[in-house]
Amino acid sequence: MNMKVKIGGVELKNPVMTASGTFGSGAEYSEFVDLNKLGAVVTKGVADVPWPGNPTPRIAEIHSGMMNAIGLQNPGVEVFCKRDIPYLQQFDTKVIVNVCGHAPEEYLAVVERLAQEPVDMLEINISCPNVNANFLAFGQDPKHVEELTAQIKKIAKQPVIMKLTPNVTDIAEIAKAAEAGGADAVSLINTLTGMKIDVNRRTFALANKTGGVSGPCIKPIAVRMVYQTAQAVKIPVIGMGGIQNAEDALEFILAGASAVAVGTANFINPYATLEIIGGIREYMEKNQIEDIYQLIGAVK
Amino acid sequence: MAKLKMTSRIISQEMISPDIYSMWLSAAEIAGQAAPGQFISLYCQDSGRILPRPISICEIDKEKGALRIVYRIAGSGTREFSKKQPGETIDILGPLGNGFPMEETKGKRVFLMGGGIGIPPMLETAKQCQGEVTAIAGYRDKNVFLQEEFEKAGKFVIATEDGSLGTKGNVMDAIRENHLEADLIFACGPAPMLRAIKSYAQEQDIPCYISMEERMACGIGACLACVCKSKEVDAHSQVHNKRICKDGPVFLSTEVEL
Repeated sequence: MNMKVKIGGVELKNPVMTASGTFGSGAEYSEFVDLNKLGAVVTKGVADVPWPGNPTPRIAEIHSGMMNAIGLQNPGVEVFCKRDIPYLQQFDTKVIVNVCGHAPEEYLAVVERLAQEPVDMLEINISCPNVNANFLAFGQDPKHVEELTAQIKKIAKQPVIMKLTPNVTDIAEIAKAAEAGGADAVSLINTLTGMKIDVNRRTFALANKTGGVSGPCIKPIAVRMVYQTAQAVKIPVIGMGGIQNAEDALEFILAGASAVAVGTANFINPYATLEIIGGIREYMEKNQIEDIYQLIGAVK
Repeated sequence: MAKLKMTSRIISQEMISPDIYSMWLSAAEIAGQAAPGQFISLYCQDSGRILPRPISICEIDKEKGALRIVYRIAGSGTREFSKKQPGETIDILGPLGNGFPMEETKGKRVFLMGGGIGIPPMLETAKQCQGEVTAIAGYRDKNVFLQEEFEKAGKFVIATEDGSLGTKGNVMDAIRENHLEADLIFACGPAPMLRAIKSYAQEQDIPCYISMEERMACGIGACLACVCKSKEVDAHSQVHNKRICKDGPVFLSTEVEL
């Protein structure tokens, strides 16, 4: 039985990875999860310099989901390269580094710094709703997405995944722009911008006022967007958004995702990634599926 | 030994004050490694409430493999917990956080200061203290809880906001009114109380450890939701942020900004 998938020429042992920002660089979850068993670890977003992130409260629970406005707190690419990459190198899994920035120069600085590092792929976060309202518009404009993708591709030494925001009119248009810019894959969806008001305190639940909605409640939207995107582009699509179990992961795969990422579910169950890998294997055995590729995009 | 998620059985559950519940949980693997000032996260059965609720450990019974939590109904999740009956199960994650530095209590006069729902973690701390304990607890009114247990563990001083029992006012008022002195302070409670204790400790030149609270998601240091401001650049974050769930919840008062 084959569970291996190939994205941008990189072979993953299975299609399950972690979603950026929910898993740190793996160290904290390694007490629960054997990282060797994951298809890939996608790190928390890293910028050219350390970022302090947003004030607290940074999270709030909503029904069947949560909102966050962490604000991409990260230690900066230098410390990341000295500490987090060597840590991840110990494991037999693929390392995908999520890259963030406020402006193209900042992304390019990180991509350039990572060029000499033993990382397998880059995921470019042009979709965080919590750092800069003006820049989010960047990920919402196909022309800008194509330009940035092309600039990054020029200097990147690793395959490039563009991570897309769902806060757009037509996500397939943005995906096509990334493809035209030379992206090796797209990943979606990042969180949906939301707001929660604390009626007892009569203020916003998050200090940032708005936050990114994630968790099981966003899954149908994510599946729909993955389907639409997979129909629109030839490059692989990595699907995410509310995946809690193997059945959820299979929905994304059947809708056209070549791989899936597990995010908020790690908070609900720290063993979620491994249980999902096991569940996909069981499903394939039970349904006599020889190759995961028989499932990818099987629902037209 | 490591953190783990497990299904625990509820041994007992009782309301010990309005909206304050005490629950004993059978959780040998976690109780066996738990320390004073650490916490556990409890998962709701209602799948709509996805995030675990962090609750401090009030007592640890290593022999019976049991943990006691004393918690306040703060919302729908803790309300769900309060309705559970002995014999039912609840999923928990732990032990989490660092806990109080108990080795520093040896031979010292130690204040264990708790305010409101910050009082429970000071009980196991009192029991394992190797010095002379003065526990000082601030309540809203005469509906106090855990009094008997604290009195068994050392000197116990009560303050109530409405003056219906003990000193009228807060834990700081209780120190002044009773002319209490200490060489070391451990504290847990709301931010204004911790702020007052921090400045008192600085005036008196006493080391002071405070247990902090913030909204949490993962509980293990990965998601960066529950940060507090640190005085110096933190080695892990490379900015002035520390993770309450992983680097804390207990911090030396001078290393964090309140």
